[in-house]
Amino acid sequence: MAERLLEVESLQVSFATEDGLVRAVDDVSFTLDRGEVVAIVGESGSGKSVSVMTLMGLTRGNNSRFGGSARLLGKDLISASEHDLERIRGKEIAMIFQDPISSLSPVHRIGDQIVEQIRAHEDISKAAAFDRAVELMERVGIPRAADRARAYPHEFSGGMRQRAMIAMALSLSPSVLIADEPTTALDVTIQAQILEEIKQLSGSGESGVIFVTHDLGVVADIADRVIVMYGGRVVEQGTLDEIFYDPQHPYTWGLLGSITRMDREPPRRLPSIPGLPPSLVNPPEGCHFRPRCPHEFEQCPKVPGLEARVDGSPEHKDRCWLSLEEKRKRRVVGDQIGLARETVIG
Amino acid sequence: MARFVARRLLSALALLFATSVVVFGIFEVIPSYNPARAIAGRNANATTVQQVAQKFGFNKPFYAQYANTMKLIFTGQVIDYQDDLNVVDQFKQRFGATLSLVIPAGLLWLLTSIVLGSISALRAGRIADRTLMVLAILGVSVPVFLLAEVLLYVFAFKTSIFPNTGYAGISNPAQWAYHLVLPWFSIAVLSVGFYSRVLRSNLLDTVNQDFVRTARAKGLSGRRVFVRHVLRNSLMPIITIFGLDFATLLGGAALVTEAVFNIPGVGQYEAQAIGQLDVPPILVGAMFTAFFVVLFGALADILYAFLDPRIRLT
Repeated sequence: MAERLLEVESLQVSFATEDGLVRAVDDVSFTLDRGEVVAIVGESGSGKSVSVMTLMGLTRGNNSRFGGSARLLGKDLISASEHDLERIRGKEIAMIFQDPISSLSPVHRIGDQIVEQIRAHEDISKAAAFDRAVELMERVGIPRAADRARAYPHEFSGGMRQRAMIAMALSLSPSVLIADEPTTALDVTIQAQILEEIKQLSGSGESGVIFVTHDLGVVADIADRVIVMYGGRVVEQGTLDEIFYDPQHPYTWGLLGSITRMDREPPRRLPSIPGLPPSLVNPPEGCHFRPRCPHEFEQCPKVPGLEARVDGSPEHKDRCWLSLEEKRKRRVVGDQIGLARETVIG
Repeated sequence: MARFVARRLLSALALLFATSVVVFGIFEVIPSYNPARAIAGRNANATTVQQVAQKFGFNKPFYAQYANTMKLIFTGQVIDYQDDLNVVDQFKQRFGATLSLVIPAGLLWLLTSIVLGSISALRAGRIADRTLMVLAILGVSVPVFLLAEVLLYVFAFKTSIFPNTGYAGISNPAQWAYHLVLPWFSIAVLSVGFYSRVLRSNLLDTVNQDFVRTARAKGLSGRRVFVRHVLRNSLMPIITIFGLDFATLLGGAALVTEAVFNIPGVGQYEAQAIGQLDVPPILVGAMFTAFFVVLFGALADILYAFLDPRIRLT
């Protein structure tokens, strides 16, 4: 078995705001092995970005409260000192952000920004670090890298900037690469190229990748395992096949049902999940998906635990009280998976 | 770059022309303004006044007077009406004192406001921040003449830590600085208040930018993130206002400070001229200021383009 890189256990993150305590992440647990791509899926406000940023200590602040643990190769990141985290950030865990346009400093040259990261962790000369930055930029497919390293971010296209971000993230061969919606701001051809880079990286077996996205098409392309988040909680997790072919949680059904497919008749209206994501200040009692779920019954006001409920699949866990037979019956809408009939055919 | 310089030169000429016409025009429409009477003196009879008006050309039409005055200014022959002194020579002689006053004061307020603005932003919402921002409001609100007089009262009259007004040339640096500490301070206070507030709000905007998060995610130390990424990206607005403030002070806007501390700078000369409605020095002072405004506007733009590669000089 591959080496276990990351072990997140009942992670909790909340922020004190004027409206009250926002429970952005509520009891999230998952693991990441070397050479593996784990996708975290969920809509905006589901806590996926906050979870991964917390791993790097980027959500720390006067108003943040944390619970649980997240161990990187045995060392807890939640209780680590800011000084220890500085050594881990960029070197052990690196991150690619969603918007490559705003994520690079506008006033520094691309190459210098990579050099800055290398030299924050290694005691090497500027020239040597610059050579390495150029090499990295070549590796992620930036043409004429030696020239382009002297350019500023505004002289790069969006796709090239994201490549530069990836080069930066890879500069110290991190064990864990976190990609927070890295392709959302890019067009589809560039998206495919960027995904290819990330796949190659995990394929080399050196790093584990956490891929945060709301795009299930991308997930199907890249992930080994999938974590579905809703309202700050993990509602279902399992292998790619388990999530796509045997989804247990109604929210997952809704997500899968809202994919439009090329190989089918286009729907009259795009399918969607009715209702709005829950308030994280006053979340609904029990299952967070309850107010939007057409399959709600008397068990639901109690919080369902994240448990393995499918025989023979101990790693396929979900938070839904429905029985396995009920789930398998109810999730079929027409000839595919969906939340409910009326939400699919508009 | 050549285009940039040409453009700025043209705008300088346009501004100088506009300034001079407006200032000259103001005196044309001021009621009961009679330069001939001022020159001839209080006890002059009507004939003398008439002769003076004839001699100085005050009876000619506006455009002719304007053209004549401009000619005198640019040939360096213009004299003030009050003391018959050559105005251009006065500005040359007095400019050293103004530079002595304004350059160190400028550095003082710029550096102080960067430090105080940074402290405020880093401690946003805490006691240090709130105290500094209240002091900043106070600094902006206190009139310069009041502050200068209070400083003199406390440090020169009551305790005699500093000299009671006056100026010493830079040939004796110790005396020079000794005489200028209070004037520097009284000029800087207002700007420190204003600049540190502006910088603080820029810093607080920049801190939430995505690239600052990237900088932290790279594993840079907190200090490096702040200085290289946050501060560096927040300086632009105060550079612009610094260029303008500094230019107007060089042009004589420090006149209150110069008057209170009896510093023989261009501002003091302008203050006297304004008091006596003495047109030539006022006119030259306004054009002098306009010149520096254009010059420092251009310098600020060059610095801007240097600090932010996205900006091109046009």
